[in-house]
Amino acid sequence: MLIGGGVPSALTGFSASSAVTAERPVVRWALIGVAIVFLGLFLVIPLIAVFLQAFEKGIAAYFRALLDPDTQSAVRLTLLVAAVAVPLNTVFGVVAAWAITKFEFAGKNALITLIDLPFSISPVVAGLVFVFLFGRQGWLGPWLEAHGVRVIFAVPGMVLATVFVTFPFVARELIPLMKAQGTEEEEAARLLGASGWQTFWRVTLPNIKWGLLYGIVLCNGRAMGEFGAVSVVSGHVRGQTNTIPLHVEILYNEYNVAAAFAVASLLATLALATLALKSLLEWKVARQLAETDAKP
Amino acid sequence: MRLALKRHGVLPGFGLTLGLTLSYLSVVVLLPLTALLLKAARADLGQLWGAVSDPRVVASYRLSFGASLAGALVNAVFGLVVAWVLVRYTFPGKRLLDALVDLPFAMPTAVSGITLTTLYAPNGWIGKWFANAGIPVAYTPLGVTVALIFTGLPFVVRTVQPAIADLEAEVEEAAASLGASRWQTFWRVILPSILPALLTGFALAFARGLGEYGSVVFISGNMPMKTEIAPLLIVTKLEQYDMVGACAIALVMLGVSFLFLLAINGLQWWSRRYAMS
Repeated sequence: MLIGGGVPSALTGFSASSAVTAERPVVRWALIGVAIVFLGLFLVIPLIAVFLQAFEKGIAAYFRALLDPDTQSAVRLTLLVAAVAVPLNTVFGVVAAWAITKFEFAGKNALITLIDLPFSISPVVAGLVFVFLFGRQGWLGPWLEAHGVRVIFAVPGMVLATVFVTFPFVARELIPLMKAQGTEEEEAARLLGASGWQTFWRVTLPNIKWGLLYGIVLCNGRAMGEFGAVSVVSGHVRGQTNTIPLHVEILYNEYNVAAAFAVASLLATLALATLALKSLLEWKVARQLAETDAKP
Repeated sequence: MRLALKRHGVLPGFGLTLGLTLSYLSVVVLLPLTALLLKAARADLGQLWGAVSDPRVVASYRLSFGASLAGALVNAVFGLVVAWVLVRYTFPGKRLLDALVDLPFAMPTAVSGITLTTLYAPNGWIGKWFANAGIPVAYTPLGVTVALIFTGLPFVVRTVQPAIADLEAEVEEAAASLGASRWQTFWRVILPSILPALLTGFALAFARGLGEYGSVVFISGNMPMKTEIAPLLIVTKLEQYDMVGACAIALVMLGVSFLFLLAINGLQWWSRRYAMS
C-alpha cells in the first residue's frame, strides 16, 4: 500500500516519554518548523491559491465560467468517463483480489507486479499505446475505420485511456487487506452450507467494505482528474472531447486565467473531498483490521 | 472422523476469478503495450535510433532526469523531516498536515500545473521573491524541479512514515545508555534502519518525476533544447504525425520505467528482510 497508503495516526502513537530518546526542545521545534514551512510552501499555499485565483474576478465571473456551455459539456464528459471506468475497475479489483488472496498459485507475485504496471508508466505513454492500437495508422485502425468506428480523438479512446491509468487502484487496496483477513471466515461459511455467492455477499463484502470504498474513492479521483493520458487520445475538440482537466488547459492557454482557475476549483474541491474521505476510510480500515486481529 | 479438506479447497471461484483477472489484464494493459512494441518492431531501426539520439530529444532526457533527481533528493531530505515530525511529535494542526501530505496524489495534475506556474511566475506570490533575488523559477529547469518536488513529496513521506513508526524504542534507549548522543543514535542506529524505506521512497519519487506530464508542462515553458521534458516531446511528435519518433521516445521511457520497477521491487524486498531481522 505505497500509493496513498498513509499510516493511520491511531497506529503510530509512539511514546516519546523516555527522556534519553527524545530530542532537545530546541531541536524538536526546529524540525517541526522546517516541516511546517516546507509543507506550507508546497502544499498549503498552492491549495489556497487555487481558490483565491478562482474568485479573483468576483463571484459572478466564477459562476459564469462554471455555467459556460463548454464547461458544462466538459463536466458531463468527465462524469461519463468516470461512470464507465470506475465500475469496470471496481469489479476487476474485487475479482483479482479474490483470486490472489484466497488461493495459492504459481506466478502470483508476477501477477501483482503486472497489475501495478500502469502506475509505473508515464500517462503520456499510456495514451500513446492506445493511439498505436486504435489510431488511423495503428494496429486495429484500418479495421475500425472500415467499420466506421472512431476510438482515437473520440470518447471511447478517452474512456480506455482512463481505464488503463486507474486500473490498479481498487485491486491494490483490497489485496493487502484481504490477505491480512485470511480465509477462515469464508471457509466456515462454506462448511455451514453457504453457497459461493452467499459467502461473498454475507461474509467477504462486509469485511472489506471500507477498503473497497477507499479504493473506489481513489480510483474515481484519478479518473476525473487524469490529464496526460486523456490529452493524448482526445484530439482536443472543444465541447466534444474535453474533460474538465483538458478544459482547464484550454482556458489557461487562452490567457483566460480566472476562468481556468474557476473550473480548476471544481477539481480541487474533488481532491479535498477525496482526501477527507480517504482519512475517514483509512481509520475505518485500520479499525476493521484490528477487529479481525482481535477475533479468536 | 476428520474431514479431509485441502486448505482453500472449499472456497469456490478460482478458475472464474483468475480467468477474468488475466483476460481483463490482457485486454486493458498488455494488449495496448504490445501495440507499442509491435509498432517499434515494424519500424526501421535506423529511424528509431535517429529519433532517440536527436539532440533535442537527448536534451529532454537530460532535463527529465536531472530535475527528477534533484526533486527526489529534496524530497528525501525534507520528506524525512516531515515523516519524522508527523510520527514522533505532537503539535497543533498535525492531523490536518498529515492528511494534506496526500494532496499531490489527489490533486489533478493540470490543476497543480497551472497553480504552481501562477505562484512561481516572475509576478507570482512566491516567484516575485525569487525574481527580486535574480532567480527566475517558472519557465526554467528550476521550475520543473519545483513541480517535481510537489508531485514526489507523498511518495517519500508515506514510505518513510511506517518505517519510523516501526522503530523500537528499546534500541534507541540501548544506544543512549551506552553513551551515544542523540545525533549519534540518529546516524548510527535510526538512519540505517529506515534507509531501505527512504531509498524506496526516493526511487518512487524519482520514477514518478520521469514520467510526470500535467504538473510540469505549464511551469516548464517548453523551450526546445532548454525546458522540454521527455513526455512533452512524445506529444509534440504525435502532433506532427511522427509516429516512429513518438514510439522511439516512449520505448526509452518504458525501458527506464521497467528498470525503476525492478529497482523498487528489490528495495522493498530489502526493507522487508531488514524489518524481519
